[in-house]
Amino acid sequence: MDDDTILNEVATRVVPMICAFGMYIIFNGHLSPGGGFAGGTVIGVAMILFSLVFGLRALFAMVPEQLLILMISLGPAWYALTGFVGLIRGANFLANGNAGIGLGSPGAMASSGIIPVITLGVGISVAITVTVLFVILTEAD
Amino acid sequence: MRPRHLALLSLPLVLLIAVPLFLIAADMPTYGEMNPTFNYVVERYNERGLSETGAVNIVTGIILDYRAYDTMIETTVLFSGTIGVLLALKTGARRRGTLSGRRHNP
Repeated sequence: MDDDTILNEVATRVVPMICAFGMYIIFNGHLSPGGGFAGGTVIGVAMILFSLVFGLRALFAMVPEQLLILMISLGPAWYALTGFVGLIRGANFLANGNAGIGLGSPGAMASSGIIPVITLGVGISVAITVTVLFVILTEAD
Repeated sequence: MRPRHLALLSLPLVLLIAVPLFLIAADMPTYGEMNPTFNYVVERYNERGLSETGAVNIVTGIILDYRAYDTMIETTVLFSGTIGVLLALKTGARRRGTLSGRRHNP
């Protein structure tokens, strides 16, 4: 598969763009339609395209397989650790406005307190899940 | 007992579940009718969602602020699903014959 020039060139240019679009969806989750689940799926699809075109070996050259499996727990851990901010500030677990976190002006990029942070956690979780499921199901044959 | 009789036996069970469900559905308020018993959550979200969460996207405001616990457990569902597929399909242990990779001595 690695002597197909058109496929290689197109994938080389398209995969970074899909990743950037996924990051855009994730970081604008509190401003526009989308959010962690949608953006994480887009990034996972970019990883699937990358490993279909260049092979699983190229994916493991970027991220070793053991590290990829360890990263399954990164998203939930990020989300849960963000929840402790509310506890530290004397409110409920995962509290946002009640914990006295500044909500900013609506519509600004840095607004609505911890929501963008936990959106990033959800996005990481979904992207890693899609990638790992593809890798495992491909390897199982 | 033949399978046909078993199928007839399941009919009272289906009726036992279906009839209360239809009765509940008949008791529900008409769609769009402003019934204060059922709609106060929606009104709260529409009126004060922006000022309480700061998110312009009201869906994100609901699922990541009002319903943040629910979304956290959703990511945990993704996590445990991946772990399940990993346990069932990861090669290596499979090659040695048993799921745990060890042979049981009878």
